[in-house]
Amino acid sequence: MEKLTNRSVQVDRSPMTVSERMYLPGIIKGMGITIGHVFKKKATVSYPEEKRPFSPVFRGLHILNRDEQGRERCTACGLCALACPAEAITMEAAERKPGEENLYREEKYAAKYEINMLRCIFCGYCEEACPKDAVYLTETVMPANYNRKSFIYKKDDLLIPNPNKQG
Amino acid sequence: MSETPKFKVTVDNISIEVAPGTTILNAARMIGGEVAPPAMCYYSKLQDSGGKCRTCLVEVSKGSEKDPRPMPKLVASCRTTVMDGMEVKNITSDKVQDARKGVVEFLLLNHPLDCPVCDQAGECDLQNLSYNHGNEATRYEFDRRTFEKEDIGPYISLHMTRCIMCFRCVYAAGQLTDKREHGILERGDHAQISTMLNKALDHEFIGNVIDVCPVGALTDKTFRFKNRVWFTKPMDAHRDCPTCKGKVRLWMRGHEVFRVTARKDQWGEVEEWICNDCRFHKKETKDWVIEGPTKVARTSVISQGHYVGTRKTPILIDKVNGRQPKFLLDIHDISDVNRPEIHLSKIDGPAHSSDFKGKA
Repeated sequence: MEKLTNRSVQVDRSPMTVSERMYLPGIIKGMGITIGHVFKKKATVSYPEEKRPFSPVFRGLHILNRDEQGRERCTACGLCALACPAEAITMEAAERKPGEENLYREEKYAAKYEINMLRCIFCGYCEEACPKDAVYLTETVMPANYNRKSFIYKKDDLLIPNPNKQG
Repeated sequence: MSETPKFKVTVDNISIEVAPGTTILNAARMIGGEVAPPAMCYYSKLQDSGGKCRTCLVEVSKGSEKDPRPMPKLVASCRTTVMDGMEVKNITSDKVQDARKGVVEFLLLNHPLDCPVCDQAGECDLQNLSYNHGNEATRYEFDRRTFEKEDIGPYISLHMTRCIMCFRCVYAAGQLTDKREHGILERGDHAQISTMLNKALDHEFIGNVIDVCPVGALTDKTFRFKNRVWFTKPMDAHRDCPTCKGKVRLWMRGHEVFRVTARKDQWGEVEEWICNDCRFHKKETKDWVIEGPTKVARTSVISQGHYVGTRKTPILIDKVNGRQPKFLLDIHDISDVNRPEIHLSKIDGPAHSSDFKGKA
């Protein structure tokens, strides 16, 4: 049979020589490899004090963006939900009332917007589909939790803080 | 009376014999498929419609058998009747494709492109047309024409900025109702569909202007912002209606009827007009006899997420350990969307922030 790789070696079944039966050279050889690793660079980092650098295309937790005046950009067009292969995004739209112009950018907005993080696969298609630059995937890693209910992210969890209200 | 001789007409090298007086567009539609030119203003069920949008321009490479000279310019196929031996080029002509690209650019000049907000998105003729024939970007650098928003009654919402001036709704209102209350005011660039003196449109068939509108200028106010077209599932249904035939299409989500429209044929034209009572007031499943899901083309966005022929996976774990699988999370316990006790379809107009207050 043709070999899959050229690294396979036939097992040597011949009787052991005297030096092999003493085991000591084998042990020293093995210890050499073990001690050698002590002086090598560590493969691990001490998370969370130390963090690995992320790739620039890393896709983490979602945010809902606001515009320069602090109004919500999302207009509940449903394209993120349409693009979502995991069907994690749901929303309900509402019409902006007179007097709410400082809250919502368009005449239609998402009254409810939810991402089911148990379903989300962080593919980033929602970010690509968004015509209003509203949904973005950040570099934050999704926090873990003990219960399932905390993984339904609502608008309060997703919206970035209003820049005009601080200070 | 002897049978009138039929005219032989060739569209994109496909020949068909049609009765004299047929337009090129209708002859091409008889052949069917891609050779039929797109039409934004022509509507076969509305008399005198057509000739305004210029999307159906075709090249006539041979006028007729008796006079084989080609026509000097592209002609509007919805208004030009066939001659015997006429040869027409639609998709085979580069001139036509180029002209159509220009027409789309002109139609989109003043169009706000607010598709994310518009309720027509997903079933919009202009969206389809520009997707198939348009450019990716506009060359227009000036401010787009806008209009003051106008309230024309509780059932129909008018967005004049989206209008492409196809006049379909004017013909529909004129031909379906005995008293027409809206039409074109002003001229040229200022022309707009409007009702004189803010009159509310009130006639039992006036709701059909929503269906004939190729863009989102006239939309259903009872469906406004309730859901996106592609998240609702179209179902053919009928009911005994004293005013109309009652054959409609329901746009449903679960057991909720979100919208009622007339059934449309393959050319996007209404098969039978429906009355306002069916369209705006019958939003319960029990009002209708549902015939079955509408066949939607695979390429349409409306067929997205509507799985057909699915089989439910059998639960096998109870056969292994004798217990039913445990639900770890009922989504309605935590989710605010699609709450079982709130029916968006039952709200008269679009939902507002007050409709959601205190229910989170």
